Amino acid sequence: MRLSDRARDLPESGIRKFFELAEARDDVISLGVGEPDFSAPWAARTAAIDSLERGKTSYTSNRGMAALRERIAAHHERYDQPYDPADEVLVTTGASEAVDLAFRALVDPGDTVAVHEPTYISYGPGIELAGGERLTVPTRAEDDFALTRESLEAAGAAEADLLVCCYPNNPTGATMTEEEYAEVAAFCRDEDLRVIADEIYSALTYGTDHTSIATRPGMRERTVVVNGFSKAYAMTGLRLGYALGPTDAIDAMNRIHQYTMLSAPTTPQYAAIEALDRCDEEVTDMVDEYNRRRRLVVSRFNEMGLDTFEPGGAFYAFPDCGGDDEVFAEELLEAQGVAVVPGSVFGEGGEGHLRVSYATSMRELKEATDRIATFVEGRD
Amino acid sequence: MDAEREVLDVLARNAREDIDDIAAQTGLDADAVAAAIDALEADNVVHGYQAVVDWDRVDEGKIRAVVEINVELDRETGYEQVADRIAKFPAVDALHLVSGDYDFAVEVLGETMQDVSRFISEQVAPMPEVTQTVTHYIMETYKDGGIRFEDGDDDDRLSVSP
Repeated sequence: MRLSDRARDLPESGIRKFFELAEARDDVISLGVGEPDFSAPWAARTAAIDSLERGKTSYTSNRGMAALRERIAAHHERYDQPYDPADEVLVTTGASEAVDLAFRALVDPGDTVAVHEPTYISYGPGIELAGGERLTVPTRAEDDFALTRESLEAAGAAEADLLVCCYPNNPTGATMTEEEYAEVAAFCRDEDLRVIADEIYSALTYGTDHTSIATRPGMRERTVVVNGFSKAYAMTGLRLGYALGPTDAIDAMNRIHQYTMLSAPTTPQYAAIEALDRCDEEVTDMVDEYNRRRRLVVSRFNEMGLDTFEPGGAFYAFPDCGGDDEVFAEELLEAQGVAVVPGSVFGEGGEGHLRVSYATSMRELKEATDRIATFVEGRD
Repeated sequence: MDAEREVLDVLARNAREDIDDIAAQTGLDADAVAAAIDALEADNVVHGYQAVVDWDRVDEGKIRAVVEINVELDRETGYEQVADRIAKFPAVDALHLVSGDYDFAVEVLGETMQDVSRFISEQVAPMPEVTQTVTHYIMETYKDGGIRFEDGDDDDRLSVSP
C-alpha cells in the first residue's frame, strides 16, 4: 500500500534494536526496562474490577470523569500547581496522548520546538508529526544533565517557539532545582517560549520534592504540564495520563482529543480515583525501595570505575561507560547477558553513557552489577 | 529517617543483606550500619533472624496450627505469668495476647498432627488458668512474613522499553 511520506520518513526507534537483541536470548537480566517492576496497588486494581462488575463500561466525559479531574487537581496542590478541574485538566490515554495533543494544539507547521537531550524518545517524532521542527539542546554531564540558560542560548533556542522539558528525566534520572528552573523560566519569558513539561516521574524523587517549571512566575500561562499514573502508581498498561494547563490550551487539546480518542478508557479512571484516594502509602513504599536500589546501583557503578552522578529522580542511573556506548551495551549483552540501553539512543549528549533502569528486584540488580563489574574488569 | 530505622527497613525486608550492601542502599557508611545493627540487637528491637520457610515443600515438613486459648486470671496470676509458662514450650512458635473472643493466639509447630494435638491436650489444656482451647490446623499457606508463596517469576514486561 502506498504510505504517507510522513509515516515512511518516521525512523524506527533506536531502542528497538536492543529489544530484539535482548529478546533473542533467554538468560538475560534486563536493566533496560522503562516501567516499574511493581504492579498497580491492589486497591486500585480492585476498583477497576468493581467498576467492570458494576457494568461501568461506557464512555466518560471527553475531559475525563469529573470525580477524577477533581482529585487530580487536589493532588497537584502538593506541587503548588493549582488547576481548575472544570476546564484546566484533561484526562488522556497515557501521558503519551497528552504529549501528542500538546504538540498538535501548540505547534504550527514550521514552528521550532526546542528539546533538551538526552531525553525520552517520543518528543522528536511527535513534533515532526505535528509539522514542527526539532531543535536539539544538549545537556551536559558536567551539569548533571540539568537544563541551563547557557545550553539553551548555545543551541539557539531563543529562536524557538516552544520548549519541551522532561524532569525528572528519562534516561538520566536528572532533576531540576527551583534555582535551575528560575533560570530556564526567565529564558522562556524573555524569548517568549511556551513550554510542554512532561512530569510523569514527579512522584519518584529522592531526598527532594518535585518542583515544576509551571510554578515559576509568569510560567503557568505558557506551560502545559503532562503527568499520569504509569510511573507513580505502576499503572503503565492501564494507559492513563492527563494534562494541566491554561483553559485555552486545554480546550484546544480537548477539541482534538474528542475526535481522535473521544475519552480516555473508563476502567483505568476508576482505578485512578482509588489510587489518588487511598494509595499514597504504597507509593511511599515504592519510592523507598527505588531509593535503596538507586543508592546501591550508583555506588556499585562508581566502585567499578564507571562515573555515575547521583540521579535525583525517576528510576534510572546514567553511568559514563568511558567509550562507545552502543559497543559497550552490545558486548555486555553478548558476554554477560545483561541488557542496558545505550545513552545515544536518547539523543545528543547521551553518547558514552548507559541508561540503567533499577526498576528490577534488588537480587537481580546485585547479580547484574556483579556481571557488569566482571565485564568491565575483563575490558581493562 | 534515623540510621537505625533505615537499617531496620532493609533488614525487615531481607535479613541476609550484608553490611556493605546495607551501607550502599542507605547511604550510610559500613561502620554506621554495623553500629546500628548492634544497637538494634542490644535494645531488643531485633530479636533474631530467620528464614521464611514453606514447610509444605520440605520432605518431612512441619505441621502448623493456630490455637485460640482462653484463660481465667486471679489476683496472683496475670497474662504475663500465663504467657511466660506457655512460651516456655519449644513447640510454641509464636504467642500473642489478642483482643476479641479469646485471650491468646498461639502458633504451634509440630512434626505431625498427633504431636500438635498431644501437646495441646497434655501440656496446654491442663494448665489451671486455661479454660478453653480451639485448634486450627493450617492447611495451606499463601503468604508469610510479607512474602507470597508462589512459583516463578511473573515479570511479563518487555525486556527493553523506552
